[in-house]
Amino acid sequence: MIRLEAVEVLAGGRAVLHPATLELCERSVALVGPNGSGKSTLLRLLNGLVLPSRGRVLVDGDEPEHALAAVRRRVGFVFTDPDAQLVMPTAVEDVALSLRRVGVPRAARDARARELLAAQGLAGLADRSVRELSSGQRQLLALTSVLATEPAVLVCDEPTTLLDLHHARRVAGVLLAAPAQLVLATHDLDLAARTERALWIEDGRVRLDGPAAAVVAAYRASVPA
Amino acid sequence: MRTARRGLDADAPLLGRHHRGTSALHRARPGAKLAGLALVGLAAGLARAQAPAPAALGVLGLLCAGVAAVALAAGLGAAYLAGQLRRLWVVLVLLAAVQWATAGPLDAVAVVAALVGCVWAAATVTGTTPVPVLLDAVVSALRPLRRVGVDPDRIGLALLLAVTSIPVVAGLLVDSRAAAAARGLPRDPRAVLVPTVLRTVAHAHAVSEALAARGLVDD
Repeated sequence: MIRLEAVEVLAGGRAVLHPATLELCERSVALVGPNGSGKSTLLRLLNGLVLPSRGRVLVDGDEPEHALAAVRRRVGFVFTDPDAQLVMPTAVEDVALSLRRVGVPRAARDARARELLAAQGLAGLADRSVRELSSGQRQLLALTSVLATEPAVLVCDEPTTLLDLHHARRVAGVLLAAPAQLVLATHDLDLAARTERALWIEDGRVRLDGPAAAVVAAYRASVPA
Repeated sequence: MRTARRGLDADAPLLGRHHRGTSALHRARPGAKLAGLALVGLAAGLARAQAPAPAALGVLGLLCAGVAAVALAAGLGAAYLAGQLRRLWVVLVLLAAVQWATAGPLDAVAVVAALVGCVWAAATVTGTTPVPVLLDAVVSALRPLRRVGVDPDRIGLALLLAVTSIPVVAGLLVDSRAAAAARGLPRDPRAVLVPTVLRTVAHAHAVSEALAARGLVDD
């Protein structure tokens, strides 16, 4: 379970995230709101990429500030742009790098990586250079590499923003079926409405928190057509 | 500078990607290949230091021919080696021009030959060895240094990023050239170099954050 206790994030003396106390225990949680509202900052707190200026974050009882490695073993993170996340030359090698990190023996990594790629429908791309893949294929690959570490929590920062409709739907399907708690920020309100709970974030504050369908409907109604 | 091109660039990246194969070089131990690469670099450096002596030029010529022969025997193909030169030609021409102007034509030939030999040798190693195998070899070789505070995983990852970032930076340069051309500034070096440098720094920052998020490095 994820718990934020009076967490505040300051940048240059200005509050990017105002004091917030939250418990996230649902199977899937979406953050919606305008650009610059603090969604990404909130997500980064969960993986220790940002540490709170005040208050504390707990992931299954561990604070990222004091148990960073343990938290990162449990919390996988998918970025908007997969290019920064994919560091190996080919798809199978990138998934194998994740397996290396979680201690899968060298001899078993390649076969296991191919199995994981096949499970996401990427078997035919295993030996292709990551630079030759489309944006959608790269995002699916980045997601596969993160899921290879079997995280308990999957945090995604606008994972479908750069994708065409076909790949956005495929990525959404993988996210919602992933065997992990899902916490994502998104502008895809159809995807957000399919989660259990949504938080509407605006100006660094949680403006509305509740069942996803209701929160998404309220946020949608607030934006002029 | 070209402002438009026919078709898309399908060149292999500098330092190439792994080509599956069963040659003796493919089967050789990665540590031995890295040691061979270090020897080529050492020989090129020593010979280069003796230029413009004819014997030094002869050694560099033999070095290039030898490395090319090994690459061809491993099935990498002449097109693969030519692709490396195509990626490097601007650097080679600039280096040769500077050397010619400052030290004479024989020194220019020596510098270009030394660089070509080293790049072909590195491309031969990366072309016959998957990057994860190289990573494991480097980490294993450095493991004894853990006692004196060296982190083998961190150094291995740094080397991995050095190799895999080359095509990324080349891609950013191509994008910046296209953006400059689209703005009507195809011949303005600032319009190409400044965004390339800024985007390279931004990319490095994003990669570092992503590596931390994947648990591959600690902050």
